[in-house]
Amino acid sequence: MTANTASGRLSTLSAAFVVARRDFTAILFSRSFIFFLLGPLFPVIVAMMAGNIGQKVQENAAAPVLGVAMQAADADALIAARKALDRRIGATLPEFVVVKRLAPGEAFDAKAALSGKGANFAAIVSGPLAAPVLTGPSERIAWWRGPVSVVAAQALGNGPKSYPPIWLADTAANTTADQHEDRTRTAQAGQTLLFLLTMLLAGMVLSNLVEEKGNKIIEILAAAIPMDAVFFGKLFAMLAVSLVAICVWGTVGGAVVLAGAKSLEPVAAPAVGWPAFLALGGVYFAMAYLLIGSVFLAIGSMATTVREVQTLSLPATMLQLFVFLFATYAMTRPDSAIEFAAIAIPFSSPFAMLARAAQDSAIWPHLAAIGWQILWVLLLVRAGSRLFRTRVMKSGSAGSAPKRGFFARLKSART
Amino acid sequence: MTQTMRMDLGDWAPTGNESADKAVAGRPLAIEARRLVKRFDGFTAVDGVDLSVPEGAIYGILGPNGAGKTTTLRMLLGIIDPDEGLRRVLGADRPHDVAHAVGYLPEERGLYPAMKAYEAIAFVGALRGLPLAEGRKRGKALLEEHGLGYAIDRQIRQLSKGMAQQVQILATLVHDPRLVIFDEPFSGLDALNQGKLERMMRGLAEKGTTVIFSTHVIAHAERLCDEVAIIAGGKVPFAGPVDVARDRIRPQVRLETRAADGPWRAALPADVRREGRFWNFTLPDTGIEPLLRALIEGEAGILALSIERAGLHDAFVAIAGEAAAKALEEEAPEEAR
Repeated sequence: MTANTASGRLSTLSAAFVVARRDFTAILFSRSFIFFLLGPLFPVIVAMMAGNIGQKVQENAAAPVLGVAMQAADADALIAARKALDRRIGATLPEFVVVKRLAPGEAFDAKAALSGKGANFAAIVSGPLAAPVLTGPSERIAWWRGPVSVVAAQALGNGPKSYPPIWLADTAANTTADQHEDRTRTAQAGQTLLFLLTMLLAGMVLSNLVEEKGNKIIEILAAAIPMDAVFFGKLFAMLAVSLVAICVWGTVGGAVVLAGAKSLEPVAAPAVGWPAFLALGGVYFAMAYLLIGSVFLAIGSMATTVREVQTLSLPATMLQLFVFLFATYAMTRPDSAIEFAAIAIPFSSPFAMLARAAQDSAIWPHLAAIGWQILWVLLLVRAGSRLFRTRVMKSGSAGSAPKRGFFARLKSART
Repeated sequence: MTQTMRMDLGDWAPTGNESADKAVAGRPLAIEARRLVKRFDGFTAVDGVDLSVPEGAIYGILGPNGAGKTTTLRMLLGIIDPDEGLRRVLGADRPHDVAHAVGYLPEERGLYPAMKAYEAIAFVGALRGLPLAEGRKRGKALLEEHGLGYAIDRQIRQLSKGMAQQVQILATLVHDPRLVIFDEPFSGLDALNQGKLERMMRGLAEKGTTVIFSTHVIAHAERLCDEVAIIAGGKVPFAGPVDVARDRIRPQVRLETRAADGPWRAALPADVRREGRFWNFTLPDTGIEPLLRALIEGEAGILALSIERAGLHDAFVAIAGEAAAKALEEEAPEEAR
């Protein structure tokens, strides 16, 4: 072994990389990561199955059929009238199926026919064309009353003789109001996705230093590299793990969306365009994660046991929820003081800016906001590592400063 | 030295401690600390500690639990900053600036349980600037060299506590540091491995590496150290060569005579105590020769005479006080006393 005569130290970046590389591989190749990946997929699969079933039910319910039990001529005239109207208002009319062509004077029990085995009619139309009788459940017959009278009038020859031509003047895009509403929906969807991802993933950071503290490795790290580097390394490792998870979930989610594309309502294109919006979405996820993660890491570093971390999870989630709700509220008031406050407050800034990307095409505010958010990540990591050094790395063996609970440690850190 | 840390240039003046004063005389020092103070929530853990550790020495920091040993070492390593005072490690005012040249074994051992032994060594090396591939190579070589070849591919969680501790000691040394700091390195090791560690520490010192270790077992310090710092209640009442510490106490004389009385008794020092057949007293400043002459001429009939130089334990009692010595004895494992 050669003598190491060179002094020196790793730069904060290199040191953070050493920590991040260890954490990333340790998490990625652990069995628990597989379960972590699968966890959110279960609700997706359940939702998919429920969606399919719902769609089938809806399809059945969405095609109402009215049975027709009239004298043959009337029944045929009603079917012909329905056909004639089909081109104009077909989508609003029920289908008619002849149940029975009645002989003159023949009676028909519509109630019995509806309740009979195999009957699949929403209602039954009987009686003469001039005074049709609609038999069925009250809410349905009230609904079909109007359409049936229109078709019956057409069958009697009382319908319009001619229709004026309608010239269609197609607007390429929606009206401004529609566009604004659509983009607001896109912004909301983006924010919700961002919130769900940060809520799912940032919480992991809370317990990130418990392993080091439990295994007494923290002192080896603290003696060799700056605590800032430890914090940065841990944050970026978890970010990388999160991105892997998002890639997996995104692929599965994408496949699900493609499979069920027919039933999905298209999302309006964001103001900055899809490529820029997706890129900004990635950046803002990283920023939201790092901002909230740096606080969680600092708070979690004060905890000494897994139980303490679990206790902290709820207030941490509530904090995230509050940030999300604030940003959502701010989104509905573009260019207001509320929106600027949401952008200026570091934790809500990524959410507010993602919403802005959907609603406003200017790119430069994003560059400024990202710079602002990076500054806060640096400040928060520095503050967190300093807090950790001064409050946690102090007790030696028995007999030095007395051991205290989490809140006492936090309180004394503030004072 | 950072501006906030420096009090004034006079702070590096002689301290009264033997080794500290040698530093001023120009002897190269691996570590210098002056008047280090650290308080936690109003509790003063370290209260004005002075240390000067010569390069290439084996230096012991001796004191009972809670004396301030770990806090002092943490300040020297840059894990925590002192509230007052100055520190200089391998010439650097900020300990992290020489992290590549320092190895550290904390008192509370720990490695990542899922890591393989050689990877754990390589990881600690990587933290100290050793490329990962080189660290892995050295890790395997070190494990083979120290009879732990069979553990190379085993995860830390699969090793016994003692073996894991040996792996961690090797991890401390993988980057070939110039300064190694061990905090209570012998705790948790069996007698055999304690001996191995002592030999390893001597080997390091022979190569020119400075070795600092804290212990509450006087025997280890006495066997290994060139110099010691005795620490009690956050203060260092003595720091210097072991011989100087022992010389703080005059040698004890134990005499057995055939005659119980005679004119020769007048030659015995004033602090003489009769214990059974023996006379016990402190060796007089004039030496043993005048007394011997008086005993022979007075026909006392010398049956036995021994002069015992004080041990480090006695020196510790004299320097740190009876209470600190008692605490030290109670903490030391049976086999180490």
